Amino acid sequence: MIKFLLRRIAMIIPTFIGMTLLTFALIHLVPGDPVELIAGERGITPERHALLRAELGLDKPLIVQYGNYVWDISHGNLGKSIITKQPVFKEFITLFPATMELSFFAMIFAITLGLPAGIIASVKRGSFFDHSVMGLSLAGYSMPIFWWGLLMILFFSVFLGWTPVSGRLSALFWIDADTGFMLIDSLKSDEKGTFVSAVRHLILPSIVLGTIPLAVIARMTRSAMLEVLTEDYVRTARAKGLAPFRVIMIHALRNALIPVITVIGLQTGVLLAGAILTETIFAWPGVGKWIVESINRRDYPAVQGGILLISSLVILVNLGVDMLYGVVNPRIRHNK
Amino acid sequence: MSESLPIDNHSSAPIHPVKEFWLYFCENKGALVGLCFIVFIVFVALMAHYIAPHGPFEQYRDAILTPPAWMEGGTWTYPLGTDDVGRDMLSRLIHGARLSLLVGAIVVTISLAAGILLGIVSGYVGGYLETMIMRLMDIMLALPSLLLAMAIVTILGPSLKNAILAIAVVILPHYVRLTRAAVITEKAKDYVTASRVCGARALRLMFIVILPNCMAPLIVQATLSFSTAILDAAALGFLGMGAQPPIPEWGAMLANALQFVQRAWWVVTFPGLAIFFTVLAFNLAGDGLRDALDPKLKR
Repeated sequence: MIKFLLRRIAMIIPTFIGMTLLTFALIHLVPGDPVELIAGERGITPERHALLRAELGLDKPLIVQYGNYVWDISHGNLGKSIITKQPVFKEFITLFPATMELSFFAMIFAITLGLPAGIIASVKRGSFFDHSVMGLSLAGYSMPIFWWGLLMILFFSVFLGWTPVSGRLSALFWIDADTGFMLIDSLKSDEKGTFVSAVRHLILPSIVLGTIPLAVIARMTRSAMLEVLTEDYVRTARAKGLAPFRVIMIHALRNALIPVITVIGLQTGVLLAGAILTETIFAWPGVGKWIVESINRRDYPAVQGGILLISSLVILVNLGVDMLYGVVNPRIRHNK
Repeated sequence: MSESLPIDNHSSAPIHPVKEFWLYFCENKGALVGLCFIVFIVFVALMAHYIAPHGPFEQYRDAILTPPAWMEGGTWTYPLGTDDVGRDMLSRLIHGARLSLLVGAIVVTISLAAGILLGIVSGYVGGYLETMIMRLMDIMLALPSLLLAMAIVTILGPSLKNAILAIAVVILPHYVRLTRAAVITEKAKDYVTASRVCGARALRLMFIVILPNCMAPLIVQATLSFSTAILDAAALGFLGMGAQPPIPEWGAMLANALQFVQRAWWVVTFPGLAIFFTVLAFNLAGDGLRDALDPKLKR
């Protein structure tokens, strides 16, 4: 077990190095002179140009520059945004709770709907319900979520007027960003209706972001359950005369959950990428929207830092999932 | 999938592999529907110039934001309505089919070719080279695909061509992994040893002896990544990092329509429907292919 964990942890080191190389290359490969990008395009004297170059360390050999870059990021220094002049790390940390909140509820939505749907579909295999779940899940999987979001806005916000079109909170309220999580902050606020407004803003984006994970989880649960349900021990449990509900929920589901947990964990990366699109549609002030804006504003330090931070997160979550997998699945734990 | 075998067991002659494959494929109704839609969309794309009622860039300034024909104020001159500068939606969608299929085809060709090459080499040669290639692929897989594609587009600059390249790179690791896994299994089999004993050289072993036997999972993956490519290209187009307006790419059309969500639903609905159905069709067909080509499922 220890060996497995150590090996797994050792494996992420080259991944991290590769990622820093990619983000390092990003700033050097973009067309145009980074100094001019940072100083603005208006006339800059050659002296000042040289000074800035030296200041940014761009006059040193590439390998030294890369060394400095890695040194900086390992100390939490991701550079400053060209536009806001704020440290990139600080911007990321302020915006990240919004993305986390959205992803969390998207996941809750996907799990609470996907697990039962998958279980019922597997138990009633071949039924109309099963076919509908499989069909819908394939449809969800094929859904361009940026369009799906637009459709939801069109129907629920514009046509029915049930939910707000965009943002995290109605402009009527103002609350202090304490934790950055709108639901917690709004609960702490004294103004009436803040919390309700926050919830109403959260519903549509969560559903849209949760659609693909939902499809994947429902499919995975179904196929895992189908496999487990044919096992001998399930037949034994049935033969013992246990209630069908108990056999399915206690005996079968526990074993079927192992691959499902892995899939749920791996969806985190999908969620963070999906957040880029969902946040753009719903004007949700999270890191996804921030990266898109940074790219469009050619704010390369922000893009560089954002990509590095998001992908590090995904890698860490995947590592966590692998470890959890070792804990949940005794076969892995005892093998090595 | 139904449990019955569609094949006539009484005939003595073994059934031709292609015919057998077709029978298994037809067993999956969804796959058939998907295939029909693919054929349809390919036809539309090929015949775009003849089918489309108007040019994709032609602006009818007196018919801005005309609703679809069946709605009040709509006219059959513009069956699906017009967009904000008076271009016919249907014609743009038809020409967009061309782009999307082209994107899919180019992406799959590039990543399939490069993936097979890297996969075969790493699976066959092994050792240091294999470790290097596979580590690199692991790094690429660790990044969320859309983010990696965005990073590449940032470097290369936003255009349809660069978006295609970015998506091809993002999809590549899947092919490398699949090919390598298949090559490693095949390499140990007797027929490969037999050819080697006969004096076949490495290149011949790799590409003529082993490769054809690794094709089944690759064909399935190619179909499935066709849909990924179309979806990702549309997403990039939507974010303004792929095809640039006025190119009638479905994703870019949606991005442009964003500001008319509240006024003109047709500008938003139809490009999305086109993406959705095309992607769905390729996913359905891919599932059917997998069932038909997977020997484990053949009872």
